[in-house]
Amino acid sequence: MNSKTVLNSTRRSFLKGTAGVTTGLIVGFHMSGKGLAAANSSKGFMPNAFVRIGTDNLVTVIAKHIEFGQGSHTGLATILAEELDANWDNIRIEAAPADASRYNNLHWGKFQGTGGSTAIANSWMQLREAGAKARAMLTQAAATQWNVPVAEVTIDTGTIHHKVSGKTATFGELAEQAAIQPVPETVTLKSLDQFKLIGGKVVRKDIAGKTNGTATYTLDMKRPGMVIAVVKRPPRFGGIVKSYDTSEAEKVKGFVGALATPRGVAVMAKNTWAAIKARETLSVEWDDTNAEMRGTDQIMAEYKELAKTAGLPARNDGDAVTAIAGATEVIEASYDFPFLAHAPMEPLDCLIERTESGAEVWTGSQIQTGDQHTVATILELKPEQVQIHTLLAGGSFGRRATPDSDMVSEAAMIVKALDGKVPVKLVWTREDDIQGGRYRPAYHHTLKAGLDDKGNIVGWQHRIVGQSIVTSTAFEGFLVKDGIDATSVEGAANLPYKVPNISVDLTTTDVKVPVLWWRSVGSTHTAYSTETFIDQLASKAGRDPVEFRRSMLKDHPRHLAALNLAAEKSNWGGPIAEGRYRGVAVHESFNSVVAQVAEISLDNDGALKVEKVWCAVDCGIVVNPSIVEAQMEGGIGFGLGAILRNEVTLDEGVVEQSNFHDYEPLRIDEMPEISVHIVPSEAAPTGVGEPGTPPIGPAVANAVFAATGKTITKLPFSKGMPELV
Amino acid sequence: MITFTLNNEKRSVDADPDTPLLWVIRDEIGLTGTKFGCGAGLCGACTVHIDGEPVRSCQTSLSDAADQNITTIEGLEGKAAKAIQAAWQEIEVPQCGYCQSGQIMSATSLLAQNPKPSDDEIDQAMNGNVCRCATYVRIRKAIHHASNLMEA
Repeated sequence: MNSKTVLNSTRRSFLKGTAGVTTGLIVGFHMSGKGLAAANSSKGFMPNAFVRIGTDNLVTVIAKHIEFGQGSHTGLATILAEELDANWDNIRIEAAPADASRYNNLHWGKFQGTGGSTAIANSWMQLREAGAKARAMLTQAAATQWNVPVAEVTIDTGTIHHKVSGKTATFGELAEQAAIQPVPETVTLKSLDQFKLIGGKVVRKDIAGKTNGTATYTLDMKRPGMVIAVVKRPPRFGGIVKSYDTSEAEKVKGFVGALATPRGVAVMAKNTWAAIKARETLSVEWDDTNAEMRGTDQIMAEYKELAKTAGLPARNDGDAVTAIAGATEVIEASYDFPFLAHAPMEPLDCLIERTESGAEVWTGSQIQTGDQHTVATILELKPEQVQIHTLLAGGSFGRRATPDSDMVSEAAMIVKALDGKVPVKLVWTREDDIQGGRYRPAYHHTLKAGLDDKGNIVGWQHRIVGQSIVTSTAFEGFLVKDGIDATSVEGAANLPYKVPNISVDLTTTDVKVPVLWWRSVGSTHTAYSTETFIDQLASKAGRDPVEFRRSMLKDHPRHLAALNLAAEKSNWGGPIAEGRYRGVAVHESFNSVVAQVAEISLDNDGALKVEKVWCAVDCGIVVNPSIVEAQMEGGIGFGLGAILRNEVTLDEGVVEQSNFHDYEPLRIDEMPEISVHIVPSEAAPTGVGEPGTPPIGPAVANAVFAATGKTITKLPFSKGMPELV
Repeated sequence: MITFTLNNEKRSVDADPDTPLLWVIRDEIGLTGTKFGCGAGLCGACTVHIDGEPVRSCQTSLSDAADQNITTIEGLEGKAAKAIQAAWQEIEVPQCGYCQSGQIMSATSLLAQNPKPSDDEIDQAMNGNVCRCATYVRIRKAIHHASNLMEA
């Protein structure tokens, strides 16, 4: 079995209804309930779970995915509005409630949630059908109202016409009539050339509120009688509270109380500052019996020992060992990848209020089903008694998608301890965020490959050592097969290059540092090791990096197209200004392929600046080109900051970084110029939020390699670069 | 009781004088456009204006704010502010949006003082404002665009 099968069977097994788009596709409809659409006629027309048309002519699209910057709300609404032929100006967007029976992620089975760059991909056909169905019922309503043949009724940009009689109506005017029309069994979807909104200039719905301070995030929420809670968490992962003393905290004006939770000591106050200040005065004795006591140096040294023996096979094509033994040239490299924090701009937060009927939760919920069940369990309620208001969130990059709902469960534990008497808003500070774990795992990779006398790769051995993200979570059943966590080896086990003998193996380690997916997950490290190793092999073979890749990508037309487009736009192989160097990388993640060419400058002191990036992306049909460009730009900036200088290190189990001074994100003066180019496609949309991140690290490292002949193998660059000067 | 002017209105607040202005604005006054990002003056999400100058409200105590003239995103007005907000919308700068109040406060102050900034001057003025979504390409573009809008 090759790796492609592993990834396909894990990532795609829940995929439904995303068959290729064909012209004038007829789609069967399977609606719950029979006959007439469930609608409250006084409120207008709600033909299905995703759209509501009011008598006021407003069209409300119900978004099942969280909006945290990736543009999901606008993208989802665009898909539905396209098939509805709605006027974009009349569209508003509402976050769906937690209800996995209607709002599950079709790529995740029964779970409602956002992640793996699936928001648009899984909703594509679902929302087209929902829009087309609403459109059909409006058309039928007009035909009924006007007593004209349905075939003569047309809809254009939110207006319903009967050209023969000259009659027109708005959606709002026909909403009540539409609500009593029969639900169509089948609907005809538009052909690609009929799209007006998809692929065009559609203004993001969340922009205005994000430029005048009115956009509301969890931190901005207030409920009557609410207390603010911050938690003093153990300095070592796995530590627990032994005892604590609040005598100093009691002197802080606004302090309400403190209580021990399994996550640490919760400190409650009437306002945020009092909570933060009271926590500073708290003295806590910790029990480190079961805590992680190792430092990151020791953990990495152990990983290196583990890498001396083979782990579990993730891919085995041919016989790599024998092929390498018989090769003309053999190259080896090993890589160290640090723990990384996500550090979204809005630190984690969650507000929970116990109500007569259950509980209400306001948070940037990324996995609503998990959050709902967690709150229900802690507060001893039924899941349906827990109402979740999914608010805009100030970034996530994976951090809010914790399978065990960490921030939500902390807030629920405090509400429970207070007997539900007051609403609790849990707030994390930046220090809590940087030191709170849930990191991109640290990994150690070793690679070994052999070239024949013509410079072709004859064997490739890739060994990965590190923690599993999904073992012991609700996602284990989906993503772990035969001991292999697909997220540890994705991007490595599906190496696209045509090499006759490939082995990829994995050793999963036991470390108590909590780990989590971080924007592009496994590809954060596998793209870097594979794509920089390819450049070392190209160099040894005396081949151009782009040409070398092309020669091995004949079976991967999407990779080839993205690579060629990036090469063409950057004029790869053409003249480069003095002191500038270039590197290239191409990588597939979340079913999209991105190629990037990075141009760097190195000054006399060896200081590196990334000057320009050319980015080519194949993400299927592009719903919103401006958002795709923004995600590529953002993905590059996010990856670049991490590659250049971010790492979380532990000294005897204690995190050494605490805030943006020692875990410093990329700043504006370091942001390269970026040009994004889209590979034309008629295939259904694939991921956009994450795939821009993986290629930037190796593209920049390959430019450094072009400049110095040295590959940076210890990340971040701030560790690896001094070797170059 | 400490008194200051906020968005052209006199305000008196009875809170610990050490309380950072950020939390006074958010928790006591209830204006939430000004964001908490780091609490240490490292990210600029909490940027407000004092007499038109960008200031980190998480590093400004209530006592330091006494008698000052403070503007938050909610009270932002004037030619530069209008141009910046229009450019931010036209170029579609925000992604998650959480840092953007701070970005807009810094950018407005830059343009009010330097209506035609170079890329280097933009980098210098905006360097204290972190955006984890890395919207920096568009921030730069939008400031240039706003500069053109102001001229027009």
